[in-house]
Amino acid sequence: MRLLSRHRDIVCRQAVELVTDYLEGKLSRRDARAFEEHLRACDGCEEYVRQIRATIGILGSVQPEDLSPETRYGLMELYREFKGD
Amino acid sequence: MIGPCAPYAAGVSDDDLVRRLRAGDEAAFNEVINAYHPSMVRLAQSFVSSRAIAEEVAQDTWVAVLKGLEGFEGRSSLKTWIFHILANRARSTGAREQRSVPVDPGAEGSVDKRRFDDGGTWSDPPPHWSDEIIEKLSSGPFLEQVQAALARLPESQRAVVTLRDLDGLSSKEVCDVLRISEANQRVLLHRGRSRIRAIFEDEVVTR
Repeated sequence: MRLLSRHRDIVCRQAVELVTDYLEGKLSRRDARAFEEHLRACDGCEEYVRQIRATIGILGSVQPEDLSPETRYGLMELYREFKGD
Repeated sequence: MIGPCAPYAAGVSDDDLVRRLRAGDEAAFNEVINAYHPSMVRLAQSFVSSRAIAEEVAQDTWVAVLKGLEGFEGRSSLKTWIFHILANRARSTGAREQRSVPVDPGAEGSVDKRRFDDGGTWSDPPPHWSDEIIEKLSSGPFLEQVQAALARLPESQRAVVTLRDLDGLSSKEVCDVLRISEANQRVLLHRGRSRIRAIFEDEVVTR
């Protein structure tokens, strides 16, 4: 995907909209290079990308609640009923 | 440790598992509910108003899964098939509830436009997150605020962020579960993550 065909230089307001495409590897090589060049020159955007990465890490640390014994019991009962049909 | 959506056991194929489930193998069923039920409840919460309703939707989903098991053809993985059934049910349950989805002002761009000057350069750049701040955001006591931040997302964004970032599904799997295009998935992921970052900044970092 080419998003920045006309301008080699991107501004911060554009950079923050490209972060996910960049992290997902969906920018063209040229756009990815322009994005990386911008980060090298811009402390604000470098920090912003760092925060998005941190946010992803924080979200990834959230574990779902374990299956409760009651729920497990209920579901196993359901399975036995299903088997019995 | 096996993550919430990790495959039941290394080397066990869907074919095997489906055969065992059809044959009434309780150990197989125990494996799949361990692997998926907690994440199913969490995904359902994207669409319905309470954890209790999400739990009901997940349990109803197992009924549908067991009934549909004979017809399962393996065109998608067992996991995405189950999660797809769950998502559909949760969505229609949520629609019946007529739940009002919170709409955040300023949810348009990834970052409030007022933080850039006319040329599009930061006029109010994000304040630095120290390692201590990031550690705090990842800590047990902050978990509730992470959940609260997720609850402020529109349901599609919340579902995508939950599946990708909390459960670690691939973008392809998320597209299969929610039946959306890769491009749409990416837009929803982008908006969701951007919004969560902004909420973390508002709630924690600047206080």
